[in-house]
Amino acid sequence: MIEPQPVRASAVFFALLRRDIRVARKELIFFLVRTTMQPLLFLIVFGYLLPKMSFLGKGYQTVLLPGILAVSLSVSAIQSVALPMVQDFGWTKEIEDRLLAPVSTQLIAAEKIIAGSLQGVIAAAFVLPIARLVMGPIPALTLSHAGEVLIMVVFGSVAFSALGMWLGTAIAPQQIGLMFSVIIAPMLFFGCAYYPWRGLDVVPVIKYLVLINPMVYVAEGMRGALTPEVPHMPLPLVGLALLTIVAIFWTLGMRSFHKRAIG
Amino acid sequence: MPRGEIVALKGLDLEVHEGEFFGLLGPNGAGKTTTIGILTTRVRPTSGSALVGGADVSSAAVRVRQRIGVVPQRPNPDRSLNVIENLIFHAAYFGIPASKALPRANELLEQLGISDKAQAKVDEMSGGQQQRLMIARALIHEPRVIFLDEPTVGLDPQTRLSLWGILRVLHDEGRTIVMTTHYMEEADKLCDRIAIVDRGELLELDTPEALKQRAPGGTLVELTLAGDASPVVEVARQLEGVLRVEANGPLLRVYSDRGGRIISPLIALAENTGVVVTNISLTEPSLETLFVSRTGRKLD
Repeated sequence: MIEPQPVRASAVFFALLRRDIRVARKELIFFLVRTTMQPLLFLIVFGYLLPKMSFLGKGYQTVLLPGILAVSLSVSAIQSVALPMVQDFGWTKEIEDRLLAPVSTQLIAAEKIIAGSLQGVIAAAFVLPIARLVMGPIPALTLSHAGEVLIMVVFGSVAFSALGMWLGTAIAPQQIGLMFSVIIAPMLFFGCAYYPWRGLDVVPVIKYLVLINPMVYVAEGMRGALTPEVPHMPLPLVGLALLTIVAIFWTLGMRSFHKRAIG
Repeated sequence: MPRGEIVALKGLDLEVHEGEFFGLLGPNGAGKTTTIGILTTRVRPTSGSALVGGADVSSAAVRVRQRIGVVPQRPNPDRSLNVIENLIFHAAYFGIPASKALPRANELLEQLGISDKAQAKVDEMSGGQQQRLMIARALIHEPRVIFLDEPTVGLDPQTRLSLWGILRVLHDEGRTIVMTTHYMEEADKLCDRIAIVDRGELLELDTPEALKQRAPGGTLVELTLAGDASPVVEVARQLEGVLRVEANGPLLRVYSDRGGRIISPLIALAENTGVVVTNISLTEPSLETLFVSRTGRKLD
């Protein structure tokens, strides 16, 4: 048999990425609605209505903004990987055509995580101006640390996209509803998105318990980069924590994908 | 092997020659799909080894994937892409640029009679059309070996016939084809050689002609009785033209060289013995009768 020319892994990687971008573009409107709806509702109630009714101080907006961004990018990154994985492996088997590509299954999983992270980054970029629009001028918000903001957004997106890969391949399709109520909802509410971590000084037990929640580091990172005046975790520490989280979820996600891919 | 694990294949030793149209014939649960899964690198064998074009499916999976095309049992197109995109992207996953893939994709759609669907959404296609798209996808990167897992299940007779035509053309082009099926006729008409498998084991392996010669003589008449069939066996053996009789619970199997004419004496006999006949079936000597004689069961 004639030996076919080996295919360059990078060529396949970019073909897979092009496929995901093509599909994302077709569904852009749905993606943006899905991404913006929840943060928008939060912004209207907690960032606009309650401060206007004087139930919440003006300063709360400053605390809320980085948290809302963290939530948007994380949820978007998780969903953009977990949902297609659950569908593809559970019912449609549509991913088969990619699993037959002449590259390692790890590369296919890595591409999915990267594509998911891109959606996280886009979500953050989209929600920030909307937040500014709904809440009006936000005291202490600065974009002078744009580099740090970008690093936090990228680290957070990759971490949660990899988590999405793990959840999407490890959870049975019938239990996907549970994923939202049992994993994602607590993650959001104990993720220091709606209050700063230092605020938890008043309840030390919760303050230290929430440290197992990856969302805390994304929210605190965004806080440190966007509103440095609000008390927050030191950014180098946040960066280190996020890198560790990326390494853990990446490994778990890859392993779980491979297990589902090769029966 | 851990307890409770299902053994799908118990040792299937086969060699498929280059350019051969090879059939794996067996009932559901025979291990056919597992075999295809292993050969296409999608299922990891717990023991044993398999080579495709000299490359090991476990240690050189990437090389194996590069030389094969796979048509799955159920169409699994990428539903987020339209028909032509399905082909162009699949080609891209094999490193083929769109400029080369597009003319080839159009040519394949033309050959398979679905060129009018090029821009259609996959969901707008019928089952048969989707199965053709799967064949086009399996061919877009010009593989030398093609695996088809029950490609005609669920297709109407006309579509099945036209698929057979397509498969014959692929075979004539010199490609190696490995196909699973539980349709006797399909295996008989298309394959150079057939492996009959059941419960993960190889029962027979030969050309369709040689296999049919091995089938026990005569027409198989199966009677389902209201009670146990064994009391009838001895008397049935005395009937003229009866070659062989077996009983299996309420099932009475009679091989006869008198064809369908044996039916009425058989019914009379059964009723004389005091048992009621509830069902009758008749099968000419074929791969089917060979399978029944080897396994005691029918194919579907």
